[in-house]
Amino acid sequence: MIEFRLPSLGADMDEGKLLEWRVRPGDTVTKGQVVCVVDTAKAAIDVECWHDGVVQRLLIEPGTTIPVGTPMAILREAGAPEKQIERSIAPSPAAKPEAPPAPIAAPVAAPIAAAPSPAPRGARRRISPVARRRAAELGIDPDDVPAGSDGTVTLDDVERAAQGRPSHATAKAAAPVVPPATTMAERAALMRRVIGAAMARSKREIPHYYLAEEVLLAAATAWLAEQNAARGVSDRLLLAPLLLKAVAVALRRYPEFNGYYRDDAFSPSGSIHIGVAISLRAGGLVTPALLDVDRKDVEQLNRELLDLIRRTRAGSLKSMELSAGTITVTSLGEQGVGTVYGVIYPPQVALVGFGRATERPWAVDGGLRVAPVITATLAADHRVSDGHRGGLFLAALRDLLQNPRELTTSGS
Amino acid sequence: MNRDELRSAIVAALTEIAPEIDPGALDPAKLLREQVDLDSADWLNFLVALHARLGVDIPDADVARLTTLDKLVDYCSARL
Repeated sequence: MIEFRLPSLGADMDEGKLLEWRVRPGDTVTKGQVVCVVDTAKAAIDVECWHDGVVQRLLIEPGTTIPVGTPMAILREAGAPEKQIERSIAPSPAAKPEAPPAPIAAPVAAPIAAAPSPAPRGARRRISPVARRRAAELGIDPDDVPAGSDGTVTLDDVERAAQGRPSHATAKAAAPVVPPATTMAERAALMRRVIGAAMARSKREIPHYYLAEEVLLAAATAWLAEQNAARGVSDRLLLAPLLLKAVAVALRRYPEFNGYYRDDAFSPSGSIHIGVAISLRAGGLVTPALLDVDRKDVEQLNRELLDLIRRTRAGSLKSMELSAGTITVTSLGEQGVGTVYGVIYPPQVALVGFGRATERPWAVDGGLRVAPVITATLAADHRVSDGHRGGLFLAALRDLLQNPRELTTSGS
Repeated sequence: MNRDELRSAIVAALTEIAPEIDPGALDPAKLLREQVDLDSADWLNFLVALHARLGVDIPDADVARLTTLDKLVDYCSARL
């Protein structure tokens, strides 16, 4: 028997509210499958299960807020005698012959399996966090809202559905699927509070030091322009994946910036998972991770980064992505300022920042030319490293970015 | 596809990338990326969504001047 618990959602999240189950008792679960959606102060998160098995019982009711580590479901080991093949091919949400689950959290409530679910399971629809909140405010089940052509339910879709069905709120009120909503303002305040708590802890516990280096980007931007001239929009490359790749390759040489500081000791990480700081338009910040950045080529990193940002906006991040980062990179992009000094995301020990790339005067061979330059910064933990090593790391990063061609193919 | 339909398609591609925006509040003559706060990755995702909807693949060399909704509508209508 396997206990499925609410996994870590990153250092600044210690609880989550179950929004919905994506499995029912009797369903076969494979490693990595999304089994439920949990709302946090920052976003709705798809939570994966890292065991193979068959769902035996769901222990938590949607709408319940639980701390990280709480048992949420009981699974039977995979390889149990009963085969579930037909169910996985043709899901029939309405009828389930299995014994009903016994919810222990709220015995008065109806069994979870009895809750009607109009949308077929398995067909994953993305619902943006704002759309989900608005739907809850209006008393609409987001599963009833017709999605756009790409399967995403937006705020617009919810408003349209609300206008079309004015009586819906009262109809659903008897059996609410979505828990009572908090307002946008409360939500923003809550997110600010959790970010504040994590950053206060960082500044209290981590003796930061900061370094900066100007990095010539002439070769990198020339390489990108050359590549992109012939590419369609779907294959076009951004600067960011090149920067991330350079950070990862440099980290291989300087492992003291990649890993976790816990229980008075630093454990370097064998993998290089880079948390990418993405600011949310409604305010706040998330840092989902790109995995194994050192082992992927720039093309793949480009695809994965675009996908990560798209999913962050659409509200379909996975729990693992929020807790996997071994270092964080923040990049202000072309609308920000020239330099950013970051606050380390505990228990990580370093943060690399990139400001806005700008044309600046640059001395070359005794003369002056105008060239694209970016300021790379490092905020690092003095309990683990010193400025000397930090300087060598930034210099390695600078040098790697002078040979983009080599960088794009290295290390895979 | 007339200009209004084209505009709706472009706005729909935009709301895929930025679901929280209010399409009614967009000023078609003002800089789009400042109104919607799109970073370079959002912008590229938007171009990909536009390509999927309209079949218009905008070359990198043209992207920089397509700064407003009006300019995007003009550009796409000339290529449909």
